[in-house]
Amino acid sequence: MSAALQQHAALDPRDRGGPAQPLLAVSGLRKHFPIRGGLLNRQVATVQAVDDVSFSVAKGETLGVVGESGCGKSTTARLLMQLMRPDAGSIVFDGDEVGAQDGIGVQDLRRQMQMVFQDSYSSLNPRLAMVDSIAYAPRMHGLPARQATQRAEELLMQVGLNPALFARRYPHELSGGQRQRVNIARALALEPRLVILDEAVSALDKSVEAQVLNLLAELKARLNLTYLFISHDLNVVEYISDRVLVMYLGRVVEAGPVEQIYGRPRHPYTRALLASKPTLDPDRRTTVLPLAGDPPNPINPPSGCRFRTRCPYAQPRCAEVVPPLGPPMDALSGAGGGHIVACIVPEAQAGTEIRHVA
Amino acid sequence: MSPDATPATPAIEATGLTVRFRRRGEPEICAVNGVGFALARGQVMTILGESGSGKSVSLKAVMGLLPPFAKVEGQVRIGGRDVLSLPPAELAKLRGGQVSMIFQEPMAAMDPVYTIGDQIAETIVQHEGTDRATAMARAKRLLDRVAIPSAARRLKNYPHEMSGGMRQRAMIALALACSPSVLLADEPTTALDVTVQIQILMLLRELQSELGMAVVFVTHDVGVAAEISDRIAVMYAGRFVEAGTVREVMRTPQHPYTRGLLASTVHGGMRRQELRTIPGNPPSLAALPAGCHFRPRCPEAVSRCMEEPPVVSPRPGAMVRCVHAERAARAADAVPA
Ligand SMILES: Nc1ncnc2c1ncn2[C@@H]1O[C@H](COP(=O)(O)OP(=O)(O)OP(=O)(O)O)[C@@H](O)[C@H]1O
Ligand SMILES: Nc1ncnc2c1ncn2[C@@H]1O[C@H](COP(=O)(O)OP(=O)(O)OP(=O)(O)O)[C@@H](O)[C@H]1O
Ligand SMILES: [Mg+2]
Ligand SMILES: [Mg+2]
Repeated sequence: MSAALQQHAALDPRDRGGPAQPLLAVSGLRKHFPIRGGLLNRQVATVQAVDDVSFSVAKGETLGVVGESGCGKSTTARLLMQLMRPDAGSIVFDGDEVGAQDGIGVQDLRRQMQMVFQDSYSSLNPRLAMVDSIAYAPRMHGLPARQATQRAEELLMQVGLNPALFARRYPHELSGGQRQRVNIARALALEPRLVILDEAVSALDKSVEAQVLNLLAELKARLNLTYLFISHDLNVVEYISDRVLVMYLGRVVEAGPVEQIYGRPRHPYTRALLASKPTLDPDRRTTVLPLAGDPPNPINPPSGCRFRTRCPYAQPRCAEVVPPLGPPMDALSGAGGGHIVACIVPEAQAGTEIRHVA
Repeated sequence: MSPDATPATPAIEATGLTVRFRRRGEPEICAVNGVGFALARGQVMTILGESGSGKSVSLKAVMGLLPPFAKVEGQVRIGGRDVLSLPPAELAKLRGGQVSMIFQEPMAAMDPVYTIGDQIAETIVQHEGTDRATAMARAKRLLDRVAIPSAARRLKNYPHEMSGGMRQRAMIALALACSPSVLLADEPTTALDVTVQIQILMLLRELQSELGMAVVFVTHDVGVAAEISDRIAVMYAGRFVEAGTVREVMRTPQHPYTRGLLASTVHGGMRRQELRTIPGNPPSLAALPAGCHFRPRCPEAVSRCMEEPPVVSPRPGAMVRCVHAERAARAADAVPA
């Protein structure tokens, strides 16, 4: 299946660097939000929403992104879509740096990279019929009205909505699952290569979520898509992803193949996160609290490793250095399929039982 | 008459609970269509259902929190008294006293302009007539109990000064202020991160067994239901379609909807498999299909499903609303043990 996909990728006339070149390579991405206050509306603090984030997405893969609320997942997505300017960092799309002189322009990038948001309702214009919502972007990009409409109807078909029934409907006349299908159709209208799905199935009922996940899998194979799949649902991310990126307070703490991250997580935060997942088995309920407390305030995050204030393995030096992302300490060199972790304490990576001093 | 009556003297018992919304010029909405259950102290029953199935409306009906145009029928007995026919003043006394409720959004239960301490103490003073100092001392113990650090200081916080998880804990403390015998919990962890969700679930489990409360817990999340419940009732289009112990319902689901719901709940073991789905969408509550409400989406539908489905009890305390369950039960009866 993946071999077939790669072959397909080579046939895509837009493919530039071949299958080995990542479709998306992000490095050193940073976005800090100023918090203003007081009489003079001066900057009083900074939210370090995204801080030195680097990762890449291979052609044809699904990269899952997980982490607690506020860890910077959506901000990362918005930065990729050029919906806001990063403070620092570079975004390279299939070898072309975004915004660089000899790189790729924003217009062109948005053709090839599209996004689906969580809130299916507010992301559709209430006064546009479905077919017009979907046809909007192609028309803006110069497709004549008649052809744009035809394309929109084809897309409705592709997402499993009969155009005869749904083309003229308005957002309030659809269910949440149907609206999310329309949002997906709209994202596909410009034939993107990369689709960013930010909590795209989170608001759906389980029985409908499964329909949309099947649809995403089918579209990906058929249209040769690459996904960046952001979700707080650890089960769904495990199901859909090839690789997973774990974020904590604006930074990447671990990344790697899904089997490694879920089967042998090395970062204590990743382990706690996965252990917090309800078990689905009434005879194996959670009995040990995986992680106490709330995520710390993203304003003035802890120095060094940001997880250290909740980490049972924390040592004084964790406050001093920002742990670099690197292969797990116990991994044989070259092994691991690109598994990387940001932690400097061997026992923490190994998950050795810690003895509590009373 | 309730289909899953287990205990002798239930802490809460509902029979034929029905809620319709009727507004001029709009079709009538049949939100709850004959819900029945009985729950003893010390037990947790989860109502598991998808969006719009009538979970919140059922709880609000019990609490008398529905708007005046809602037509509520049936019986709900708490500690033997029928709450639906109580005069408003009596009902208000019951609320926050013998029965209390927690919500997905803590601000729905809290007043933004009073401190946490004031709100808890005020509830205690109102229901029990204790003096303020005693009430405030109890408020502090309650915050301690729900694991809010530096409780004495936190008493003086306003709700917005707390993080989401801490606010949820404060709301639980408020709900527990007068040691209720019945706690109604409407998706109290749905808006929380998984790491905080599991903290709150474990806390609720602890408090529930310590205080011996009957808890009706509402969720759409099968995993959450498995973590917290003794019993599960699966709700579809305003009705319970199946009820039983958490193990029965999760391991040997009988109703086609329950089976579909469990099968479409994604987990990692399903990687690269096409997911089993339930085709279509839930019906409009303004135009429910005749007979079994699940029929239009049911892969096992037969012509008899056009009629009102039978309520079958395959095991003591278990309930399934489906013609196929009836046949299965009869077949089982025919085989001598
Ligand atoms: N425009 C903004 N101005 C100021 N702060 C912002 C802005 N957008 C996001 N933030 C802050 O940046 C941090 C990261 O937010 P972001 O939305 O990226 O998180 P997230 O991981 O998507 O969370 P969630 O799971 O809740 O969607 C948060 O603390 C958020 O409050
Ligand atoms: N005040 C109201 N007036 C009219 N209809 C209402 C009212 N409150 C609820 N409903 C309708 O009753 C039905 C059941 O709603 P309810 O809130 O109980 O669903 P739920 O199972 O709690 O769903 P969710 O998981 O989305 O919270 C819905 O169709 C809803 O639109
Ligand atoms: Mg987000
Ligand atoms: Mg509800």
